[in-house]
Amino acid sequence: MTKPESADALVLVVEDYQDAREMYSAYLQFSGYRVEEATNGMEAIEKAIELMPDIILMDLALPKVDGWEATKRLKSDPRTRHIPIVALTGHALAGFAEGAREAGCDAFVTKPCLPDALVAEIRRMLAKTRQQDDDKRGSESSGQRR
Amino acid sequence: MPRSAAVTAVQLVGVDPDAKLSLLEFLLVTTDLQASARRAVDWLAANTHVKQAMVAVVEPGTASMMLVAEHGITTAAIVDFSLARDDDAHPLIQAMRHADPTFFESTNDAFRSPIEGSAFHAIPLRTDEDSLAHGLLLTSATIPDLNPDVAWVARTLARQVGRLLSRQTLAETRFGQERMLLYSIINAVTDPILLTDTEGKLIIANTHAEKLFAAPEDASEGWRRATGLNNMLFSAALSTSAVGHSEMARRELLLVDPLEGSDLLFELLSSRATDERQGTYVVSILRNVTDLARAKEEIEESYRTLRLAQAEVRDERHRLDLIIDSVADPILVTDQEGDIVLMNEPAERLFTAPKSASDPVLRHVRANGAHLTSFVSNVLTRGGEQRYRGEIQLTDPKTGRLSPVEGLAGQILSEQGELMWVVTILHDLAEAIEKAKLFEQLKQASAELERKVQEATAELAEQNELLRRQHIALEQASALKSQFLANMSHEFRTPLNAILGYTHMLLNGVTGPISDPQRKSLSRIDSNSQHLLALINDILDITRIEAGRMPLNLSTFKIPALVDEVMSELEPIIRRSNLSVRSTMPRVLPALRSDRQKVKQIVLNLLSNALKFTPAGSVTIKASYDARSRTVDIAVSDTGVGIPEADHMKVFEDFRQLDSSPARGYGGTGLGLSICRRLSQMLDGTIDLESKVGKGSTFTLQLPARLRKR
Repeated sequence: MTKPESADALVLVVEDYQDAREMYSAYLQFSGYRVEEATNGMEAIEKAIELMPDIILMDLALPKVDGWEATKRLKSDPRTRHIPIVALTGHALAGFAEGAREAGCDAFVTKPCLPDALVAEIRRMLAKTRQQDDDKRGSESSGQRR
Repeated sequence: MPRSAAVTAVQLVGVDPDAKLSLLEFLLVTTDLQASARRAVDWLAANTHVKQAMVAVVEPGTASMMLVAEHGITTAAIVDFSLARDDDAHPLIQAMRHADPTFFESTNDAFRSPIEGSAFHAIPLRTDEDSLAHGLLLTSATIPDLNPDVAWVARTLARQVGRLLSRQTLAETRFGQERMLLYSIINAVTDPILLTDTEGKLIIANTHAEKLFAAPEDASEGWRRATGLNNMLFSAALSTSAVGHSEMARRELLLVDPLEGSDLLFELLSSRATDERQGTYVVSILRNVTDLARAKEEIEESYRTLRLAQAEVRDERHRLDLIIDSVADPILVTDQEGDIVLMNEPAERLFTAPKSASDPVLRHVRANGAHLTSFVSNVLTRGGEQRYRGEIQLTDPKTGRLSPVEGLAGQILSEQGELMWVVTILHDLAEAIEKAKLFEQLKQASAELERKVQEATAELAEQNELLRRQHIALEQASALKSQFLANMSHEFRTPLNAILGYTHMLLNGVTGPISDPQRKSLSRIDSNSQHLLALINDILDITRIEAGRMPLNLSTFKIPALVDEVMSELEPIIRRSNLSVRSTMPRVLPALRSDRQKVKQIVLNLLSNALKFTPAGSVTIKASYDARSRTVDIAVSDTGVGIPEADHMKVFEDFRQLDSSPARGYGGTGLGLSICRRLSQMLDGTIDLESKVGKGSTFTLQLPARLRKR
């Protein structure tokens, strides 16, 4: 349905619940993205450093190292700091969104989240990041010109 | 011892010559022997140191000596005087035979001397021609030498006596002697005696009367006036009294003491006497009653004082009675014999009874009296002890109740230290014992009460502690419940997320094309999943409100925009319903300050309910503002099935749909209105319902125009 605008973008889906993880992966691939998966926070950090994805979809409730902790580590690591992270949680109680933002998440999506809505959010975040990168490059080139 | 006294001078020396001349003139004129002698004696008294003097002459034809004049001689001595010329042994007769005066010492026991208590000279009255003396002049003296003046008088008198004796008859002389005796008797009377004529003119007065009525020539002006006044008063008293009769008249007469000037009160006794020769005269005797009157006055005064004192004593006694009667304890005063002399009213109740009283009462009274007597005897018999304290067993005569009484007996002593009375005060111990008992009971009750209060306090504290713990436990339970619901809704969402996601993927053809029957089935799965999700969301909302975890986010916003937004969100449903849905907004509507998200949720809920329960007709959203109460109304009206009045309150309860049968035709969780009510309360608002079955319903949300944060 949706045309893949950035077919080469790599999305790291971190989700311990297999059904949900594979559903999001299938729909993201169907939407034209490359997808890698991780089932816990530790694995998410390792894969992020190894694969350098363009964006990370992070479930917050995870075994071993949870989503908040993983986000904090990724955001404090200079190598992975620039990667946008979209938090995903079933907890709608007040305070979860704030906790996620404090940990360093760039966006926040509440479950249940339909695949369409999720893909729309990914696309929006990638576009934003690309814009920031363009601005950065522009200012750098202008600096070179000087 | 008598001895001769030398005559040292005979000339007119020593005394004022005028005085001597005056005497000589008198003697020359008078023919009265007695008057002559009296004049001579008076002259001696006036001009010399002679205090006492007397003249005695030989009575011619007899052998006895006759006293013719005296001065300062006592009446007794005058009466006793008796001397015979031939009594040769008598010292005075011997002295008469001497040519010269004889000096007698005051201390002589040879004879009774008329000059008492003093030495004296006995001078014979004899001229040079006489062979024998005619008489004797006795004059008191202090020294043996004779005063020349006295000697002169003696010679002069001797000549006069010799001259007169030759003429005077015996009878005249005798009469004169008797008269003189009478005088001395009258003078001896201490009361003033006067003989006057009927006019009050003085004929004879004794010396005491003379003191009052006659002033000597050399007396002071005051003296003379006083005697003048006394004469006038006396004459007036005589003339006003009934002196016309022979009987005694008696009256009071106030005179003046001429020497001291003080008042003297006399009782005047006067009687009239008639003498054939001399006519009528009045004898008056004055008796001094000044002291008597004073004494009478004093007696009257002391009687008045006594009366006053008696009245005071009576008052004092009355006061004392009042005082002791006012004392509630019995008080008694007994004498030495133990008899009651005084008691107050409480004592009377114990120790007296009317004679008419019954036998038991009289017996009790007698027994009480006996107990008292033996008690009082303790203080009577113990010599040293002035007080005695002890118990007496007395009986109330009226009730016959035996009551222990504490008694205190005290002695009352006179100024001389004699025991006069015994005062006994009785104090009812029964009352004291009763009071002590009551006090003890009170103390026990108080202690019991205190103990109970302490117990109750402890129990209360325990229950408070229990409540506090229960409160904590409840809070913990409530927190656990909220946590549980939050967790559960999360756990619900995870599978629901997958169901919805895969259904969507199939419908979106991710797995390839699908047939129409497949699409229809997938749509059913989708809508039921959505319903389940809505239920979970509603439960989550209620949980969040109850756990206080739904914060208020205040902002200012316009109502029409909010209503448009709600209508556009429900656009698909409105379109499907074929109902006429419109909104009516007033031209002027202030912006609302509240929690926009919650207001929107309420309006959304009310509108979706209206659409759900209205099969045909219209739904209207109408907003209005009440400036007075500063509230905004948002009313959602429909022309639907309506709600019976009895169920108006029920619709706001949790999980309430009026038709709760499984085959109900209306979707929804049944939590919508319950959440709306909770949300409106959070916004200080209300939701009211007006409805009639078959006619439709109007739900009105009323909110304060400006909500203040609490």
